[in-house]
Amino acid sequence: MDWLLVGVVLTAFVILGSSRLDSCIRMVALQGVLLSILPPMVRGSLLDWHGLFLAAASLAIKTVAIPVLLARSLKQAKIKREVEPTVSLHYSLLAGGAIVVIAFSGFKLLPVPTGPFPTLLIPAALTVVFIGFFLLISRFKAITQVIGFLVLENGVFLFGMTLIRDFPLTVEMGVLLDLWVGVFVMGIMIHHIHRTFDHIDTKAMASLKDAE
Amino acid sequence: MTWLIQSAVLLTTPPFFLGVIAKTKASFAGRKGPPLLQNYYDLIKLFRKGTVHSPASSFVLRLAPAVIVSTLLTAGLFFPLLGRAPIFFEGDVILFAYLLALGRFAMILAALDVGSGFQGMGASREAAFGAFSELAFFLGLVVLVVISGSASLTGIFQWKWIHPAWRPVFLLLFAAFFFILLAENSRMPVDDPSTHLELTMIHEGMILDYGGIDLGLILYGSAIKLFLLMAFAISLLWPQPLAWHWHSAALLGLKWTGMAVAIGAVESVTARLRLIKVPQLLIANFVVTLFALLVALFGRRV
Repeated sequence: MDWLLVGVVLTAFVILGSSRLDSCIRMVALQGVLLSILPPMVRGSLLDWHGLFLAAASLAIKTVAIPVLLARSLKQAKIKREVEPTVSLHYSLLAGGAIVVIAFSGFKLLPVPTGPFPTLLIPAALTVVFIGFFLLISRFKAITQVIGFLVLENGVFLFGMTLIRDFPLTVEMGVLLDLWVGVFVMGIMIHHIHRTFDHIDTKAMASLKDAE
Repeated sequence: MTWLIQSAVLLTTPPFFLGVIAKTKASFAGRKGPPLLQNYYDLIKLFRKGTVHSPASSFVLRLAPAVIVSTLLTAGLFFPLLGRAPIFFEGDVILFAYLLALGRFAMILAALDVGSGFQGMGASREAAFGAFSELAFFLGLVVLVVISGSASLTGIFQWKWIHPAWRPVFLLLFAAFFFILLAENSRMPVDDPSTHLELTMIHEGMILDYGGIDLGLILYGSAIKLFLLMAFAISLLWPQPLAWHWHSAALLGLKWTGMAVAIGAVESVTARLRLIKVPQLLIANFVVTLFALLVALFGRRV
């Protein structure tokens, strides 16, 4: 169990530190694999109908559908690299280190649920959520922002594991559906922005405001 | 007894594993490669020669090879290679780390001593990358001390519980120490040990002014350094038995050869990174070690 959580956090680090977009997408897919193995294991029985269904569904959406969609829009937008992150990759990684420290040392201050789940779960979830936030605010390209959003959602999914015994799985399915629609819309948007403006740099949005 | 055998192993075997790495790389490239004992022949050849020192150099240049070899050999005595280490006391991990750092310091000073541009460049790179990798090294030591509750290398590599490889912390640490090994020994993703282009060399760049016995000593020293850091990495996954038996020598040969083959394979499949990318990788390594520390602390408290 700890292996999976450590793996999820490590993939988040890789996304934080890599400059190539295709390897970012691959890492998001890998994170999806790790996350979809998690629910049956937290529930404790592998032959549980609901757990298996959720695992299969999240595997299909997180690992196959979304990365394929992202890879396709990457190909259409004809970009390979995150050229200029606001924060350089060195500092991103250091910020990742700071985030881990904060998440692991500070989570006891929050009113977190208790229950029979692995103790590493909540700090790992917090770390992944914060790294997702950081990716969202520190990158300019629309695609990397989508990736940050996905990492953020993966962290929320991890938080969901703490409640998996009480919550009906339909709620999880709803979250997955939301995510799916969100990425779909963003994929279409990226495509259209690209068609109209031939780049997908969100920084250029700032120049839309009225001249004074 | 252990004292004698460990000293003998430490003195004689390190160049052999460099040979194993060279052989692995050659077989990846489809060549036959140099014989396994080539490094011994090279060392013997160098030790037979005399030395010439540049008139611009001072005693620092002459002192450095002796300092490097002696610090590394002393550090080797603290490591439990075959059973218990010959010397151990609480806190010898710090001494171990600083002995390695002292060797590096001597080498950097010697490189600056001659005043050649290429050597100065090599020295500055070595110092810069060393600053990053030592950070991760010390943090890794802290993790080990936290896990084992002992501040001596003999105590650290003395498992009392289930096989350590089944805890994620050890795999994280192994990855971190493996990368430190590659960085400290100027291996592939950081520096290309077989390059002879002055602008890109790090370790090779620093020893341009050495020849004969001095060069032999420095090459010998870098073999020992590789040997010790390999010991560190492999002992995390599979520590040596604590009591001396004859089979622990065989185990040592097996494990170290395995590590050398792994290093050779990594070197064959990766390309040297752009110099500007190296600090980023070292920072990533530091963050992984930090994560390992938190996981270890967390696992202990709850």
